[in-house]
Amino acid sequence: MSDMANTAAHPLLEIDDLHAEVDGKAILKGLSLTVRAGSVHAIMGPNGSGKSTLANVLAGKPGYEVTGGSVRFDGQDLLAMEPEERAHAGLFLAFQYPVEIPGVSNMEFLKTAMEAAAKARQETPLTTAEFMKKLRGTASELDLAADFLKRGVNEGFSGGEKKRNEILQMKLLAPKFALLDETDSGLDIDALAVVGNGVNAFVDEDRTRAVLMITHYQRLLNHIVPDVVHVLADGRIVESGDKQLALTLEERGYAWLKRA
Amino acid sequence: MANESVHERLQRDYSAGFVTEIESDTLPPGLDADVVRFISNRKGEPEWLTAWRLQAYEHWLTMPQPEWAHVRFPPVDFQGISYYSAPRSQGDGPKSLEEVDPELLRTYEKLGIPLHEQEMLAGVVRENVAVDAVFDSVSIATTFKDKLADAGVVFCPISEAVHSHPEIVRKYLGSVVPQKDNFYAALNSAVFSDGSFVYIPEGVRCPMELSTYFRINAQNTGQFERTLIVADRGSYVSYLEGCTAPMRDENQLHAAVVELVALDDAEIKYSTVQNWYPGDAEGRGGIYNFVTKRGTCHNRAKISWTQVETGSAVTWKYPSVVLRGDDSVGEFYSVALTNNRQQADTGTKMIHMGKRSRSTIVSKGISAGRSENSYRGLVRVSPTAAGARNYTQCDSLLIGGACGAHTFPYIENKNATATVEHEATTSKVSDEQLFLCAQRGIDAEKAVSMIVNGFCKEVFRELPMEFAVEAGKLLEVSLEGAVG
Repeated sequence: MSDMANTAAHPLLEIDDLHAEVDGKAILKGLSLTVRAGSVHAIMGPNGSGKSTLANVLAGKPGYEVTGGSVRFDGQDLLAMEPEERAHAGLFLAFQYPVEIPGVSNMEFLKTAMEAAAKARQETPLTTAEFMKKLRGTASELDLAADFLKRGVNEGFSGGEKKRNEILQMKLLAPKFALLDETDSGLDIDALAVVGNGVNAFVDEDRTRAVLMITHYQRLLNHIVPDVVHVLADGRIVESGDKQLALTLEERGYAWLKRA
Repeated sequence: MANESVHERLQRDYSAGFVTEIESDTLPPGLDADVVRFISNRKGEPEWLTAWRLQAYEHWLTMPQPEWAHVRFPPVDFQGISYYSAPRSQGDGPKSLEEVDPELLRTYEKLGIPLHEQEMLAGVVRENVAVDAVFDSVSIATTFKDKLADAGVVFCPISEAVHSHPEIVRKYLGSVVPQKDNFYAALNSAVFSDGSFVYIPEGVRCPMELSTYFRINAQNTGQFERTLIVADRGSYVSYLEGCTAPMRDENQLHAAVVELVALDDAEIKYSTVQNWYPGDAEGRGGIYNFVTKRGTCHNRAKISWTQVETGSAVTWKYPSVVLRGDDSVGEFYSVALTNNRQQADTGTKMIHMGKRSRSTIVSKGISAGRSENSYRGLVRVSPTAAGARNYTQCDSLLIGGACGAHTFPYIENKNATATVEHEATTSKVSDEQLFLCAQRGIDAEKAVSMIVNGFCKEVFRELPMEFAVEAGKLLEVSLEGAVG
């Protein structure tokens, strides 16, 4: 378990030589990465480099087969855990394409999720009144109207609403580690700022947390400034650097990297 | 992949599957005119009713079993069924609660249907619900009769009503579902043994929910109950029926008839939570639920059917409304859940005859396992029904890839001023949805139950409050371990 005295440098996520395949096709080919508490990492890379596969493997999506390597999350063997156990351990994935669950209101969904989390942590769940207060407060921080909470989960939401809804879930569930998969896609400039503020606050208010953003474009990084930028190509991290690396990539494209 | 694990875990617990060890008087299997006479005689029925039964029986002999439904099952051996079974201590009909066999009371307690009025009054259990309990072929107890009598409401076994209110029974029995209506209705008319009778006098709002609880216990026994509800002018009643049966390897037949009469300005709300034994995972055993339910609505009257169907091996059931009166209203709200090898062919008929008559149909079918779930509905607008309106919404939800959902809507519109709308959707509990839930820490079972309950919300809203909670729990149990 975590060593409280060493929180600042505590490695939250340690990926070592990870290999994974989908439908028998190798996608991750020896990926290694360590994310420490209090830090924000970004992974960039061309289409098909394995960015979303990494997110899905970490979250435990069925159909993604790990063929080698290891992943430790907060000291535990992540790959041995069921998807919901990973969630309870504090791993959160903000989906690239959040699915709709018609008929189940957003409010009900969030309440069920929070109750499941409380149960897993052997805590007393919030009362309905406490929950509603927290939910309304968080929703308004994200500029989400009250009727939004009564609608079916992601049902008929615009692209921007879906993404803001992911951030709403993240804030309520208060995980240790947030994995943002292309959270900037489908967002207009205003929504991007709202989401960016949400994520910044998430790390700033608790330095034991960390964020790993997966993105195709540099623009999200104007709002959430990463400590480390990694470039993923053909299933491996081929380059790591500071935020300057993202700007260089934006300017020169990924082709520049391959030549280097 | 996830779809296979859906099947692996599609198992359900049937908690009502126990057998009550009790001595019964049971007729040997077989059906002929003497059996019909025996039943009639046993109930001490007047001659007209014996003749009425025999007429139904004669006609039944000439009728073929219906084969148009989207269900498959081996032919029923009508000579292999016993048509009358009564707990021995109850053989002479219902008595006061004090005289009811304690073993029977325990059965209903185990099922969560307490028959002790004192406890109910003390608020220990459901308050304000009067219960008629039908065990195999006879009614064993009816609660709160006195309180209801104060309001002028009659709530008693139909076998009793034949004697206490012969004029009402004679006037309305078979008036909505004629003896010769269909194969199973004819059979029921010949051999029906018990069921509930309700009469609400003019202008009376029934002071409590009325409820009948049906239990099939004896082996090789059919249950053929007959329910008749007459709501006089301007009256109101809400009625609920619940059903369970023990787990047995052979199939059992349940062929009921329910008739509702809503006179001018009356309203009847009829809710069903049907949880007959569905058979095991391989489709062995379970109840054949072949039921005819129909109501007649007079001027400005309203009949609302709400059903939650989770049980039975095969269901064949179409609660219908004949909108005879002007400005009458018919409603049908249905949740039908099939799992494993269950088959359901259910829906409704809305027959518009009155001017400006309106009907609403909301059907939610949920199929899991290798089950088959069909909605079959008829909306008929007669030439007389000027300005009639119907709205039908028919949604199917599939869980896993081996089940089937079917929709057979029939619309016959003979009046150009009528409006008939039909909407249908089919959706699936997808792996993506389950993964989203899992990633938010919600396990698959809870997720499916949440999705299914969300899907059924519009129907649950229509149930009386205390039963809506029960229905939600029942779905949860029926889908226990449904997905992995």
